[in-house]
Amino acid sequence: MNYFLGLFVSGLTRGSIYALLALGYTMVYGIIELINFAHGEIYMIGAFTALILASVLSIAGLDALSILVIASLVAMIYSAAYGYTMEKIAYKPVRHSQRLSALISAIGMSLFLQNYVRLAQTSNFLPFPALIPRFTFLDLLPFRASSAQFVIFVTTAVVMILLTFLIKFTRIGKSMRAASQDKTMAMLLGVNVNRVISVTFLIGSATAALGGVLISSFTGQINFFIGFMAGIKAFVAAVLGGIGSIPGAVLGSFVLGWTESFGAGYISSDYEDVFAFAILVLILIFKPSGLLGRPENKKV
Amino acid sequence: MCPQATSVQTRPSRYLAYARRSLLVSIWFAILTFPIIVIRANTITGIITWRWHNIGWIIAGTFFGSWIWGYFLERKRLGTRAPAGPLRRRITALRGALDRLKQRPQVARMSVVILVLAVVAFPFLGGMYQTNIMTTALLYVVLGLGLNIIIGLGGMLHIGYIAFYALGAYSYALLNFHFGLNFWLALPIGALVGGLFSLAIGIPVLRLRGDYLAIVTLAFAEITRLVLENWSGLTFGTAGIRNIPRPAIPGIRLTLPQTTTFVYFIMIGLVLLTIFVVNRLENSRIGRQFVAMKEDFIACQAMGVNIARTKLAALGLGGMWAGLVGVVFAARTTFINPASFTVWESIIVLCTVVLGGMGSIPGVITGALVLILVPEYLRAFAQFRMLLFGAILVTMMVFRPGGLIQKRRRAYRITAEEQKVVAESGDLSIQG
Amino acid sequence: MKSLYVKTIMVVLIVCLVAVTGFTAGQRDEAVIRIGVAGAHSGDLASYGLPTVNAAELVAEMYNAEGGINGARVQLIVEDDVCQPEVAANIAAKLVGDGVVAVIGHICSGATFAALGTYLDSDILAISPSATAPDLTQSGEYPNFFRTIASDDAQARMQVDFALDTLNVRRIAVLHDRGDYGRGLAENARDFIQADGRGQVVVFDGVTPGAVDYSAIIARIEQSNADAVIYGGYHPEASRIVGQMRDRGMQTLFISGDGVKDDTFIQTAGPASEGVYATGPMDLSGNPVAMDAARRHREKYGEDPGPFFLEAYAAALALFNAIEIGGTDYDGIANALRNNTVDTSVGPIRFDRRGDAEGVGFAVYQVQNGVYVELR
Repeated sequence: MNYFLGLFVSGLTRGSIYALLALGYTMVYGIIELINFAHGEIYMIGAFTALILASVLSIAGLDALSILVIASLVAMIYSAAYGYTMEKIAYKPVRHSQRLSALISAIGMSLFLQNYVRLAQTSNFLPFPALIPRFTFLDLLPFRASSAQFVIFVTTAVVMILLTFLIKFTRIGKSMRAASQDKTMAMLLGVNVNRVISVTFLIGSATAALGGVLISSFTGQINFFIGFMAGIKAFVAAVLGGIGSIPGAVLGSFVLGWTESFGAGYISSDYEDVFAFAILVLILIFKPSGLLGRPENKKV
Repeated sequence: MCPQATSVQTRPSRYLAYARRSLLVSIWFAILTFPIIVIRANTITGIITWRWHNIGWIIAGTFFGSWIWGYFLERKRLGTRAPAGPLRRRITALRGALDRLKQRPQVARMSVVILVLAVVAFPFLGGMYQTNIMTTALLYVVLGLGLNIIIGLGGMLHIGYIAFYALGAYSYALLNFHFGLNFWLALPIGALVGGLFSLAIGIPVLRLRGDYLAIVTLAFAEITRLVLENWSGLTFGTAGIRNIPRPAIPGIRLTLPQTTTFVYFIMIGLVLLTIFVVNRLENSRIGRQFVAMKEDFIACQAMGVNIARTKLAALGLGGMWAGLVGVVFAARTTFINPASFTVWESIIVLCTVVLGGMGSIPGVITGALVLILVPEYLRAFAQFRMLLFGAILVTMMVFRPGGLIQKRRRAYRITAEEQKVVAESGDLSIQG
Repeated sequence: MKSLYVKTIMVVLIVCLVAVTGFTAGQRDEAVIRIGVAGAHSGDLASYGLPTVNAAELVAEMYNAEGGINGARVQLIVEDDVCQPEVAANIAAKLVGDGVVAVIGHICSGATFAALGTYLDSDILAISPSATAPDLTQSGEYPNFFRTIASDDAQARMQVDFALDTLNVRRIAVLHDRGDYGRGLAENARDFIQADGRGQVVVFDGVTPGAVDYSAIIARIEQSNADAVIYGGYHPEASRIVGQMRDRGMQTLFISGDGVKDDTFIQTAGPASEGVYATGPMDLSGNPVAMDAARRHREKYGEDPGPFFLEAYAAALALFNAIEIGGTDYDGIANALRNNTVDTSVGPIRFDRRGDAEGVGFAVYQVQNGVYVELR
């Protein structure tokens, strides 16, 4: 039972990590139907910005908590700016072309950003400071969850609730929903679609950066390539849950996380990714638009 | 970013506007890139290096970059409505002259002869490395054309194409290892394995569309690779299979450079075969069904086309080519391991199709040549190679989103004479 | 159109037969000595390939500052193979065309296998700092191959003997990172344990490099009551596995290879690294060449050297020394490599008939108070 609980918590951690990335993925997809391959790179840039800032601040002599807060905030602002710029350069000009052009553009952007960080910083792994302080109350829990795991889990929940609230009840959220359904119609009704898309990228990228800071202080190291694998996993999670749906992304991430950790725990960690992809295929065969996705409306 | 009013402005003020905007852009980039470009923190020793000189490069680079970018973006936006400058007029004139030249049969014949000569002479003039990378590019031409059947004709977004390539390669390697099967026999077997596997994974996913299909194919490709990696008993895992025999002509011993040349010509042959088949396919009954299915799924179904069968046909026909060249790949490299068949390779093949122009045969050929040869020729830039490659991908998509050579649909125009005949007979049968 | 196809195919076929008869070889320039440096310089394995470039640059700079090798300037030709066999085969052809005398590389064993055939055919030597597949030297197929790193089986032997004899553990979990380096090491270790009979492999499994979390496999190790873990792979994954194990309060011993015997491991794993065992080249801490190399690296590149830097530095030193003694032809260099002992960053080495370095003594290290200490 203890073993089962351990794997359960491990799956939960993984799920929360994937979810932080999948949320941004799914938002961008919901609006412009673009598989934003460079999303993982935004996450990586967020982590790097935080690392650099944390080093500068710790030399300046700040305490751990304020470093965490400042580094996260600045990383979010910077990543949001990167996301915004990226959209303007690489996606906006191809928005009215065939959809695959935007995909290739995203792939190019991903390559560019990876190598930009590699050249400007380093190709080596850098140790990432453990910014999250240790909570003693967690030691009482029977299955050991570290404070980083706890913080990641709570953050994911909060971000999901905030985003759902944003999309359901705010003005910009309404515009987002309108733009995702029919851009031309939304434009006719006075929605500034360009602005809505920009805001989506800003929010999605900021979420990715928050993920970058928290996940890196959990894993303890970063390099320029961490975004690629994480990006693919997050994408799988988003599709699993029904791409475009915020709760779907979170649910999909948890399903993915649990599949991986139970698969690795009970069968073989060699085939961990095989289990992840197999569950994706299985779910899509029986529910072709993901767990919580809207069924595609067919034109007749 | 979008200078809407500039087209009516006078020249000097337009340049001023460009300059001002470029300045703003470069300041934005200076701020944006500041932490990553300027600061380097050593987290262990706690030493921070400030590299201020880098910011100068960024400002200068983005200033001119944004100027050029904005200029061309505006050109693209205005399209043909742009006021024709002297250069543009000359280009238009040249294009017209070229078009007229192309009409002439002698010219067409001459250009074919020149092309053939160039293709034949290439390995002798270029040396082994050039021949090698050209062979790689030709492998990707066939892969691109094969994937084009699935994406460009069938309209199914497939990002797991490399799995069939891997299976082709492994079928040759393993059959040769265990049973000593030779290259020539392995070619059709590889094609068969690729095609059948493509069909097999096609059946469960027939219902999926668009990006859902894309991710499932990606999943299948990754599962294939991971199984190749982990099932050491069968596939030798990551250690790979070595000493795979190169293609041979019975009775003749070839040196390594000669074999390289030989493989090059095998690939030329396969490329020609692929072009021939795909070209025929496009205009066949099933090819028309592909197009109909891609254009309007529901209307096509309503017209009585069996969608499931048509989709499977596209998948099977596409997978076959990957299996076929997979065999050549294994024979050429003489060593294979799963590292050659990652998601990234699938993405590259997808890029060749989109970059070249979906559905267009010359487009896909150009796309494959550009995508494989450009990174090779960028080797001169060493560390900056992949950075530039990424930038080139984005630039190409922004300025030619439809691909380098876009597909021209065969159009049937009814001349006045035919119209009369049609009107008289009341029959509307148009020959294609 | 149809006749055109037939014609084209016929022409191609005819020329095909003519073609294979002739080829011109590249010319070599005697004024400069060209050395290829090949490995993964982009993509996920770039961290293991780029340090070799730095090492080769530093050694070449050192030689060139003193007038080159026998008066000829050393010119490095750096090529990226992304650790993929087919790319490696292509750049091997490129390096041959560029007229290199020898190649420092490749980094991954798979890529090395794919490239070696081409080098062998063109009489070019390759000396790798990191390709550890036993067959590279033991198969005897590649007399042109040398390496400054021990092969997988030598290290695995040492780890297993150390675990069974010195540490006296019986239940051992063997993990790897699925790469050709890590898996090779782990498979050898598993086979040695099983052949020995005293110990028992309780878990044998691979972890995904770069995955966000390893707690599932760690839970399994805990469940299996393993006394020790033998890990084949590199330090980024190792530091996280050790870190998460210690976080859970597990005291399982951790034994790994030279992919982990790197100061970065101690820095990233922090206090969790305390007590970790790793096999690695002997006696480097006091080696003046190694210390000098690391110092020069920090001066030039502003950071600590990465993985396989010292092995690559040693490879470059051994190679350049051999060229100095034996000239630039294949036999001369090969004989010089085999017959002369050179002081390098991995100790004084000489190569045996098969191409493995003699004198790269291996030792077991343990992290004690934040530094690797050699156990005697």
